[in-house]
Amino acid sequence: MFKLTWRNTFRHPLRSTLTVAGMALAVLAFCLLRTMVAAWYSGVAAASPVRLITRNAISLVFRLPLSYQQKIAAIPGIVNLSYGNWFGGIYIDERNFFPQFAVYLSKYLEIHPEYVIPPNQKFKLLQDRRGCVAGRQLARRYGWRLGDAIVLKGTIFPGEYRFVLKVLSQVAAPELAGPIAQKIDALFKNSLAETLTESEAAFQMGFVSMTEALLLAIQVVSWLVIVVILVLLANTMAMSARERLGEYAVLKTMGYRPRHLAGLIMGESLLLAFMGGLLGLLLTFPMVHFFKTKLGQYFRVFPLTNTTLALGLATALVVGLLAAILPAWRASRVGIAQALRRVG
Amino acid sequence: MKASSPEYSPASPLVFIEHLYKSYRRGSQNLPVLEDLSLAIAEGEFLALMGPSGSGKTTLLNLIAGLDRPDQGVLSVGGVDLTQLSEGQLAAWRAHHVGFIFQFYQLIPVLTAFENVELPLLLTPLSRRERRDHVALAIELVGLSDRSHHYPAQLSGGQQQRVAIARALITDPTLISADEPTGDLDRDSATEVLDLLCRLNEEFGKTIILVTHDPEAASRAPRLIRLIKGNLITDERNNKAARHFPDNSQALT
Repeated sequence: MFKLTWRNTFRHPLRSTLTVAGMALAVLAFCLLRTMVAAWYSGVAAASPVRLITRNAISLVFRLPLSYQQKIAAIPGIVNLSYGNWFGGIYIDERNFFPQFAVYLSKYLEIHPEYVIPPNQKFKLLQDRRGCVAGRQLARRYGWRLGDAIVLKGTIFPGEYRFVLKVLSQVAAPELAGPIAQKIDALFKNSLAETLTESEAAFQMGFVSMTEALLLAIQVVSWLVIVVILVLLANTMAMSARERLGEYAVLKTMGYRPRHLAGLIMGESLLLAFMGGLLGLLLTFPMVHFFKTKLGQYFRVFPLTNTTLALGLATALVVGLLAAILPAWRASRVGIAQALRRVG
Repeated sequence: MKASSPEYSPASPLVFIEHLYKSYRRGSQNLPVLEDLSLAIAEGEFLALMGPSGSGKTTLLNLIAGLDRPDQGVLSVGGVDLTQLSEGQLAAWRAHHVGFIFQFYQLIPVLTAFENVELPLLLTPLSRRERRDHVALAIELVGLSDRSHHYPAQLSGGQQQRVAIARALITDPTLISADEPTGDLDRDSATEVLDLLCRLNEEFGKTIILVTHDPEAASRAPRLIRLIKGNLITDERNNKAARHFPDNSQALT
């Protein structure tokens, strides 16, 4: 029976190829979109649960007085403290976007132990007020080497700033402490610049939630793609089953039961879906690599996980199964005499 | 002859039909196809059913072969009351007792001649090797050993019909249902197929019911029944083709 299922699958090579290609593209789109959503949340995932971020309660764009530093540091439970500001400089032109922060560097590095920096580089960095740190990926993109001058045109702080690359950082694993957010916010209640303190993850999540509608749209589209391929595959299967009604009737004359016929159709649909799914997964790898290269300045990571791959293939198989239900049901109910009359 | 003896009680016919009715619904209309038909067919008979289109001959064949169900009446084959069987039981019964030959061969185009013949055996507990031996024998019987690995499209109409005959034979059924098996063949191929059917009947004792429009094909059968508008009109014996059959193989209406 498997032989018949297999040969039926390739009976119309063009139709089968197009169906497999359609399924492959759907799975590719599904995996890619899921990966994109995961990339969006990657900042949240990589956030340390031990770090708190205090910002102006009104909005991110408003600053906090430097004097808050000592008051926050005095709160029991605060181990270390640093501050920073979005710099928003332009490197050569606007297309070369990458996030930049001006920070209280020595402390900033202390509370971000995940940045692995050789001691000699760290020393040189702290010695030079123009010193800056860049991630290896960013440096690779623009061909920067240690000691290179990087000129940024300020947008928030007008002027041209010349930095010298002192450190190429690499991220290891984070971990530490517990939140005391409420105490900090209570401290500055009713002041001129009230604060909003949240975990680093919540802070990142705040950025993500600004684009929540977009993320929802991406997720909806990823499932819509699957529904579209479900309809297409169901149509293909219905067409194939309709063409073969006479053959199903002949099989029934030989004693084949409705479950055998349903198995033939289900098997064919699953095979098409499986091949399409597998091809889709194979295409996902180079495509994710391509996106990672092209969108590297926006996404720190572009994580194609095993869960996404497994979900992609499982979705393809479920689509294969669902697409075959109606044609299989119809074929299993075919009246032998009727179907043979139609063929004859 | 027009038979008319409702009291007839056959000793042990293979097929026993009494007061059989069958109609089809076409929209809101009920179209009667067979009306009060009675008939007995002995085991080992070769019977031809003739009649104009719409006379009910294919319907009668389908009922005897367990492909369709009568509205009313007695229909038993080999002592089994087909009207009492469920769909599943009927399928199992067909698999064991009936071989089918169709006008348009109805071979599966993606399977070779060998694989087509093997299909009915896939439902049996036979091993792969046993199946292979059975199929080889059946294909040899129809004279197509050298073509067993050809696909239907690579065979002539006559050869395809011989493959279909091998497929019909493979489970060694008691009854062979042949619905216009020569209808799509040229004269020479038709003769080959009819020769083969006669051989199956004479050498292997298969009961064959042949539906045909072709008087020449019908003349090869020792018994000829004519139907018109669902009624059995004549039940004749062809002395040239006739072999000796028990007397219980007569028609009743």
